[in-house]
Formats: sequence, structure tokens, C-alpha cells
Amino acid sequence: MSEERGSSAQTEEDEDLFVSAMESPEAARLSAEDLSPSSNGPRDDDPDDLFAEATEEVSLDSPERQPILSDGPSPAITPVSISPRVDVFDRSPDLDEEEEENRDTFDIQISVSDPEKVGDGMNAFMVYKVTTKTSLSIFSRDEVCVKRRFSDFLGLHSKLASKYMHMGFIVPPAPEKSIVGMTKVKVGKEDLSSVEFVEKRRSALERYLLRTVKHPALLKDPDVLQFLESSELPRAVSTQALSGAGILRMVNKAADAVNKMTIKMNESDAWFEEKQQQFENLDVQLRKLHVSVESLVCHRKELSVNTALFAKSAAMLGNSEDHTALSRALSQLAEVEEKIEQLHQEQANADFYLISELLGDYVRLITAVRGVFDQRMKTWGKWQDAQLMLQRKREAEAKLQYASKPEKLQQARDEIREWEGKVQHGERDFEQISRNIRREVGQFEKERVKDFRVVIMKYLESLVHSQQQLIKYWEAFLPEAKAIA
Amino acid sequence: MMQEGLDDGPDFLSEEDRGPRAVNVDLQTDATLQVDISDALSERDKVKFTVHTKSTLPNFKQNEFSVVRQHEEFIWLHDSFVENEEYAGYIIPPAPPKPDFDASREKLQKLGEGEGSMTKEEFTKMKQELEAEYLAIFKKTVAMHEVFLCRVAAHPVLRKDLNFHVFLEYNQDLSVRGKNKKEKLEDFFKNVVKSADGVLVAGVKDVDDFFEHEKTFLLEYHNRVKDSSAKSDRMIRSHKNAADDINRIASTLYTLGTQDSTDLCKFFLKVSELFEKTRKIEARVAADEDLKLADLLKYYLRESQAAKDLLYRRGRALVDYENANKALDKARAKNKDVLQAETTQQVCCQKFEKISESAKQELIDFKTRRVAAFRKNLVELAELELKHAKGNLQLLQSCLGVLKGDT
Repeated sequence: MSEERGSSAQTEEDEDLFVSAMESPEAARLSAEDLSPSSNGPRDDDPDDLFAEATEEVSLDSPERQPILSDGPSPAITPVSISPRVDVFDRSPDLDEEEEENRDTFDIQISVSDPEKVGDGMNAFMVYKVTTKTSLSIFSRDEVCVKRRFSDFLGLHSKLASKYMHMGFIVPPAPEKSIVGMTKVKVGKEDLSSVEFVEKRRSALERYLLRTVKHPALLKDPDVLQFLESSELPRAVSTQALSGAGILRMVNKAADAVNKMTIKMNESDAWFEEKQQQFENLDVQLRKLHVSVESLVCHRKELSVNTALFAKSAAMLGNSEDHTALSRALSQLAEVEEKIEQLHQEQANADFYLISELLGDYVRLITAVRGVFDQRMKTWGKWQDAQLMLQRKREAEAKLQYASKPEKLQQARDEIREWEGKVQHGERDFEQISRNIRREVGQFEKERVKDFRVVIMKYLESLVHSQQQLIKYWEAFLPEAKAIA
Repeated sequence: MMQEGLDDGPDFLSEEDRGPRAVNVDLQTDATLQVDISDALSERDKVKFTVHTKSTLPNFKQNEFSVVRQHEEFIWLHDSFVENEEYAGYIIPPAPPKPDFDASREKLQKLGEGEGSMTKEEFTKMKQELEAEYLAIFKKTVAMHEVFLCRVAAHPVLRKDLNFHVFLEYNQDLSVRGKNKKEKLEDFFKNVVKSADGVLVAGVKDVDDFFEHEKTFLLEYHNRVKDSSAKSDRMIRSHKNAADDINRIASTLYTLGTQDSTDLCKFFLKVSELFEKTRKIEARVAADEDLKLADLLKYYLRESQAAKDLLYRRGRALVDYENANKALDKARAKNKDVLQAETTQQVCCQKFEKISESAKQELIDFKTRRVAAFRKNLVELAELELKHAKGNLQLLQSCLGVLKGDT
């Protein structure tokens, strides 16, 4: 499969994904840094191309794509045909090898931008512009712009989760709510922290959408398409924390937790046990790392502030120094420190927007992954329950055989057939979800490797840039210091 | 070259630190009298300094000898200079600050208590960190005590002081006890009177332009150095905190690297290694900034205070002189106790003129020393910052190279 390098517009899109928070012109430097791959190797291994993917259009009726007829459980919704080309594709979870490859070659760009405050006081909310640029045919247009608010995103996630999680799909979690953060915004505080909060949220929403559409089944989901394309969206009230639906969610979560403790699964497949343990370990370490990185961000910001204070103080000292050359050198020192303060601030932003947010995202993603394993356990439980029930029905039938109650016997036999069907169903569901999870986890791990590599490399490049700047500043200062006579 | 200072234990006893540690003052080392602190021992809450003297002066019994002194004995020596009227016209070298290991000791104790809650590697790492910190504080206090002695030894008049010679040579305990409560209270009141006085004296405009200028200059300079010193301390502390965070990040990345089932394991291990090294450099940057910038500012805070004290003494002498003049006029007018008034006036006049003469030279020397010290330290600071930034850059670029090639 041949691919072309993404256009420069797409490269900018990459940069915006993580560094649009940076106001300073230094941000340009990051995008200007030629992240060109060192080799022309297989595209999959290219760490730089997060989204500058091939522009080759993914044709939905290309010969490689065979219509897949699912024999698995029917999905919660019926396949909706968006365009004639799509109905080859029902919501089958059985994607073949080609499918998985094609997953990486999709041509869609999503950006979340232009946060706008609507309304006043406690009823105010932020509205974001969601722009989708794509050549995929499931979309009605090449470029669509819609306005969405935060609860719309939460609503989308809630729908996707209820549709796909029980099948073992890893549905990317939506960004977290923040009552404190939003209250500040609502109250109208135009200070730095509320600006930062909005930017943090905007960036998180963008990443959320990108992760969602990366999943081929989710990409074609009508709710997703509606979210991205339709100008009006019914308000998702069930996402409010204290709504009826919210309470129900909390109750369900509690019930799930109890179930988890009571279901003791006979794990016949070592793969699942191993993976669960791995994800548990990963969870612990990522959380630890996240905490350390947050601490680093905090201390770097502190360092920036303190450097600025010192710079001013050094300038004052230079002013009162009565030896001319020393006075000048001290003023120069103050200038250097001012520039360094700026550098620390930018570095703190990089720390945050690149690493800290990535870690936060993955901590939540892993929770979703572990949730999917729990679903499998639940499915197994249902299957076991069905088997138990069948057993009971058979016992009941056996007893009735000597009771000469022909109606009841027939009923018992009917019930046995019913439960045999349910057992079969249960077993099939279990196998299905196990298959799905294997595939999902495989894909997830691939994405994880890519994500981490790309982000960490970007981060290291930002560190390189910092050091280069530092060298420049001190090299300029040195002759000034030497000139003190 | 770039690997300098990147060995496993942060090496503060590198070559540049041996030899005369009087980094804050540019002193002429004179063969007739050389003083240094050749060794120091930290014992519970006491530090014992080995003061080593090399001298060709006839005043001493030997050409080379050593004694052991504690902080209180340095303070005794300093105070004896301050209280000596003969030295009123000189800038008395500021006393070294008391060795303070409390913070470091507290941290080591906390670490010991928290030993159970961290892995063995983490514990060993943190222990090494704290021990290095302790060592750094220790070295600093040695340097500051040494600078004091060197300043005295370099001063044409103070070096001849008898108490100084006793301090250097008498190999028994000087039995100098710290000031008791009564004496401390006396000191406190003396300072209160002095500062009230200081305000009074500062308000008197000096006829002499040189001293008028110096007064204005020193008052402002002292305040600004105080501010810069405090701000530089805070900046450096933030820097240390950030380096500590990177340390923890490196540890967690290492664990991730050992646990990960994907290709990321090698990646994490490499990045962890990188951060371990850059973190050491960052810690070194903070330490160097501390030595070259923070310590410099702290020292000149104390020296500018000593210079202010000199001006105060001169101002005091001037007021006394003027008062004696007025008293003499009154006495002449009343024709009573004229001789006594004349003698008093003579004494005051001489005292004032003697102080003025030496004070002028002292203040000029102070400026020369200050400019030289700042130059030396700022140049060294810039050179060290460059060295560390280049070291960091090299590590980062080489790691990036490896990671990119690994794909």
C-alpha cells in the first residue's frame, strides 16, 4: 500500500493537537522542527505521523473489503444506511486483517476550536466549534462545522458506551466534568486560570473525538455521524450528575462493583488473566507517573515565577550598583533571567499539554479497558447462570416425567428448549466478546505504543529546544560578564 | 568532557573546589601569612574546623601549624574586632553564619521513618541525595569560615591583631563560651540604640561628597542585595524541586519499562536512563547557581552591612566631634572647664579624622573587591550554565537519535 506524506496543513493539525496552548512564537518552532522520519520504512513504525496519514481515499467498495456477515449477536441498534456504499458494512464486529490495517489509513481530521461563552451567570455554558474534514464517503460533505457544548460530548460517549461496551469494544472515555472549573468560567472570571481551563478542555475534547473516530465501528456509528454533522442535536440532559439518569448510573456502578466481587470466573484462557494483570500494573504506574508529572508542572511554573522575581530584583540591583560595567552586567543578567523565565513557562506548558494530559487520558482509557474485561466476566456469569437454569429445568422435567401432568411436562420441555437456546446464546456471546476483546486490546496496545512514542519524542524535542535557547542566552551573557573591568 | 560531573554520586569535591575556596573574595594570597581550613569534622550539632596557618612572620613560634576551632570562637574573634576602638575605621570582615544542618538532618530523619514505604532503590537514591545535600551545606559552611579568616589575614592592620594570632596559634580550647542571656540582651539593646542612632546619623548630611555618596549608595545597595539574595534562594529552591520531580519520573519510567509487554519497554527504559542523567545535571545547575550567585549575594549582603556599620561609626564620631565643638564654644563662652573641653574636642577630632581617612580607603577597597568578586562569579556562573546546558543537550540529542533509529 503506497502512501504519501501528509500535506503541511495536516502537519499543523498534529501540532495543534498538543501545543496550541502555547501563545508564544516559540510554538511555531515546534511545528517548524522537521519531524521527518529517518527512514522510508513501513509507515506503521513512523512515530511522527500521528495524523498526517495517507491521503489515499479509503474506498468502501474496494475489492479487498468483503461484506462480512456476522453470526454474532445483533448489535443494539439496527444498521442505518447513510449512503448506498455503506450497507455492505453492517455493524459486524468481525473485522478481518485488512480492516485492521485500514484502520490506520483513514482520512479524517477533526478539530475543536473557538470556545464561546453562551448565556450568563450559572446558566452559562461554553460552546465549541467542531470541524470535520474528510474524504470518507460516509460523510455527506468534505467539510462540516457544527457547534457543540460539553454535555453533547458526554451524551455521545454515554450512547456509545451503552451500545458497544457490552460487546467488548473499548469506547474512549469522555473528558471529565469539573464543577470548579466551569463555575469560574460561568461566573465570568476572565483570569488566566479560567482561560487555561477552557483551553485544557478544548484540547481534551479534540483528543476524545479523534480517538473515537479512530475506531472503525465507532466511526460509522450513526450517533457519531450525527454528532459530527448535524447542525441541531437534541440536548443530552441525562448526562447531568444529579439527573435521574445520573443517579441510575451511580446505582448501576455500585451494582457492578458488587457483582465483580461475587463472580468468580474460571479463567480457562491465560491470555486474559495475563492481560488483566498487565493493565492493573500499568494503571498503578501511570497514575504514579501522572502525579509526578503534575508536580513537575507545578514546580516549573513556580520556577518561572521565581525567576521573574529574581530578574526584577537583579535589575534593581544593577540600577543601584555604582560601578558602570558591573551595573550593565547585572542588567544583562536580569534580561537573561527574564528570557529564561519565559523558557520555563513554555517548558511547563509542554510538560503539561504533552505528557500530563496524555497520562490523564491513558489512565481513563485503561479504566475503560478494565471495564471491558469486567463486561466479559459479566457475560460469562450470564452464560453460567443460563447453564444453571437449564440444569434446573432439566431436573424439573425429569421429575415431571413421573407425575403424569402432560401439560406441565410439555411446558417443562418448552422451557428446556428455551434455556438450551439461551445457553447457546450465552456461550456465543462469551466467545464473541472474548474475540472482540483480543482484537480491541491488540489495537489498543498498538495505539498506545504509537501515542507514547510520538508524544515523548515531541517532548524530548521541546527539551532540546529549551537547552539550545539556554545556550544562546548564556553565550550572549558571557562576554558581558567578562567585560566587567 | 561532557561527562564531567555525571558520575554516580554528585561529586562536589571536584578539582575546582580544592585549593583556596575563597571564591567570593578576590584576595591577594600573601606568603607572609596564609590561612586556610584544611579539614572539618561534623559531630552531632558541632562542627570542628582545623585552621591551618603558614607564616614567615616572626610573631609565631613555628612556620606552619594547625589548631581546631569551633564556630563560637570565630564569633568571639569577630566581636573582639568590632568592640576594638582602634579598628573603628575599618570594615570588619563579616562573621560567618552559624552552621545550620537542622533542615538537612530533619529530612534524613524523615527518610529513615519512611523507609518502609518505598522500594529499596528509591530509598538508596534518596539517601544519596540527602547525603549529598548535607555534604554541600557542610562544604559551604567551611568555605564561609575560611573566607572570614582569609579576609582578616589579608587586611594590613587586622592581620597583626593579637587576638587573631592567639586564635591561630593557641592549640588549646579558647574557652569562649557563647554569650549568656544577659549579654545577648545587652547586645539587643545596643542594636536598637544603634539603629535609632543610625537613622539620626544618616539624616545628617555630610560635608564630604565622597561619604555622602557612599552613604546613599550603601543604604540602597544593601536593601537591594537583601532582596536579590532572598529571590535567588527561592528561584534555586524551585529548581531543586523540579529536579527532584524528574528523579521520581525517571524511577517510575524505569518500572514501566520493566513491566511493559509492548515495544514500549525498551523505549521507557531508555527515556528513564536519560532523565536520570539530565536530572543530575539539573541538580548540579541548581547547586552551581547556589554557589556562584546565591552565596555571592549573601556574602555581599553581610559585607555591605559591615560597610554600613563603618559609616555609622564614622557618623557617630562626627556627631561626637560636632558636639565636642559646641561644648568647647560653650565652655569658652562661660570660661569654665575650658581645658577639659579642649582635650575632649581634640580627642574627638583625632578620632573622627582617623576613621575618615581609613574609611575612605576601606570603602574604595570594598568596591574593588566587590566588582572583582561579581566579575569572577558571574563569569563562572555563565560558564557553568553553558557547560551544563551543552551536557544536557548532548544527552537529549543522543537519546533522541537512538530512539528514532530504534523504530
